[in-house]
Amino acid sequence: MSTNTPSKLEKILTAGHLAVTSECGPPRGSDPEVITEKANLIKDHVDAINVTDNQTSMTRLCSLAACIRLKLMGVEPVLQMVTRDRNRIALQSDILGAASFDIHNILCLSGDHQSFGDCAQGQNVHDIDSMQLIQTVRHMRDDGKFLGGDDIKRPPQMFVGAAANPFADPYEIRVPRLAKKIAAGVEFIQTQCIYNLDKFEDWMKKVCDRGLNEKVYILAGLTPMKSAGMARYMKNRVPGMDVPDDIVKRMADTPKEKQAQEGIDICVEAIQRLKEVKGVSGFHIMAIEWEEKVPEIVERAGLHPRPSVN
Amino acid sequence: MIVADKKPIEEIIETIKDHQSILVLGCNECVTVCEAGGKKEVGILASALRMHFLQQGREVNIAERTLERQCDHEYLEEIRDIIDDYDAVVSIACGVGVQFMAEKYQSKPIYPGVNTLFMGVTEARGVWTERCQGCGQCILASTGGICPVSRCAKRIFNGPCGGSASGKCEVDKELECGWQLIIDRLKALGRMDDYENISPLKDWSTDRAGGPRKVVREDVEL
Amino acid sequence: MRLSYPTSIKIIRVPCTGKVDILHIMRSFEKGADGVYVVGCREGDCHYNSGNFRARKRVEQAQQLLDTIGIGGHRVRMCNLSSSDGPLFVKYAQEMHEKILEAGPNPIKLAKKKAKAA
Repeated sequence: MSTNTPSKLEKILTAGHLAVTSECGPPRGSDPEVITEKANLIKDHVDAINVTDNQTSMTRLCSLAACIRLKLMGVEPVLQMVTRDRNRIALQSDILGAASFDIHNILCLSGDHQSFGDCAQGQNVHDIDSMQLIQTVRHMRDDGKFLGGDDIKRPPQMFVGAAANPFADPYEIRVPRLAKKIAAGVEFIQTQCIYNLDKFEDWMKKVCDRGLNEKVYILAGLTPMKSAGMARYMKNRVPGMDVPDDIVKRMADTPKEKQAQEGIDICVEAIQRLKEVKGVSGFHIMAIEWEEKVPEIVERAGLHPRPSVN
Repeated sequence: MIVADKKPIEEIIETIKDHQSILVLGCNECVTVCEAGGKKEVGILASALRMHFLQQGREVNIAERTLERQCDHEYLEEIRDIIDDYDAVVSIACGVGVQFMAEKYQSKPIYPGVNTLFMGVTEARGVWTERCQGCGQCILASTGGICPVSRCAKRIFNGPCGGSASGKCEVDKELECGWQLIIDRLKALGRMDDYENISPLKDWSTDRAGGPRKVVREDVEL
Repeated sequence: MRLSYPTSIKIIRVPCTGKVDILHIMRSFEKGADGVYVVGCREGDCHYNSGNFRARKRVEQAQQLLDTIGIGGHRVRMCNLSSSDGPLFVKYAQEMHEKILEAGPNPIKLAKKKAKAA
């Protein structure tokens, strides 16, 4: 496949390498050091870094500004953008703003409902949905036009991504829903955190049966667990998360002081198993407020050093 | 119907406390069906208000009246003769009725006695749920007759989002996921292939986003 | 049995307690009743299945409303008994009578008198 954008992530995937991405949550304040420190911890072990957009609806420093910080320090950002907070004017405007700093990756999301965050009384926008945001970015990039039809001078050049949750309900539409996102124009997928490997492999098989793996790069999402408490929380409290009982048990059966290491081990083992799964093009390691562990995971999973591409 | 819920009586008392003569005005339509603003609710509210003010040592005149509708001129005209007997009105019709009253009787203070919520159905006795937000461009034909605008907390046109679990919405475990309902219907209709059609960007100019809306029908105009 | 119960109690007969509305309770207080109690069949024995359950809910609502406006929800009560249980009827009547004596007169009566005098 040839590349459509200057995105480093796209180049790595197109060259056939297993890509590695990670993410940084911006701070709840304006200190830029928080972002640059997190990025410095992981930048040599990943190909690109996602910056979350007010995740779980908690107000934070904006994704765009944090992405610009990363770009200025020579790190490849993936701009996460949710449709919860902006209408189509603001979305297009932010896309152009990002493009002006040559941010070449975008992840199109709907966003968690505002009731989870610190502004539960706020309005939500949802002028368009994540599927339509994919279409919007592709339209801006490929047709060089605004939604309103006017030409864009210097259109954005963005590699377009989206999320997929193989574990959400109803299961039967999980593959058709991916097909729909591909039809909308998505080029890479970062999945929800995978703990139930069997179910993920079943989903991937159905994805490959439909030939969808030929049309999109799928990065398997992983989050190492710090403790048995976190495992239980993820299982019971986080919407759309599937943590099998044996994982919770394995964490719980480990002495407390060794649980963090066990969580890393589980994550590394998962990557090693998923590397062999047809259709998996890379990994998206979301070490939530635990970025310092990403290098260890990447190295132990045999994904280091990262390839260099031009 | 338009579904409303009673305002706390303390809130009503606070808004009307300086008046001496008040008309509690109900409506025989939607708010009667959802038991928030009909004749019976007028009686209960008026009785409670009378007793409250008496307790405060004030004999406030609280009168009761229920109109056929508060959203039509002809019924609102029925109180033109008596409106000046009162120095304020508490309307327990929906927000539409309250406003039409206010427009018609320019110099009369009108206070709402209910919170108007949504267009919905009586799902069970004492349970009302939302079905329509009046977006002005109905798409129910393509979604199996279930509306993503009113039944999805994110009004997603290409759902469900990743927060749908066991048929319930991420916002509330009691709340049905609108997209699960759409998919169930499409399946029942043998139209699951339609699921993969991408809904285009919605034209919200017919929604509230476009400003207050108006329908003019020349064929029925006088 | 010829049991006697306090003369302060005035009985209003209804076909079923399900017929009793909050409005009836409110109006009673407006007209000066010091207390209202609704006597229904035993729960589970309603001839109309759920009449006495509805009555209980309405009594609860009336209690709330009366608390809010300062009359006092304790002046309203729901009782259940079998229609043949005279002694229990008397017991409830006495209880209510004593409860109301303790609560004192309905403040509305007083307020009305004051309003008239003024």
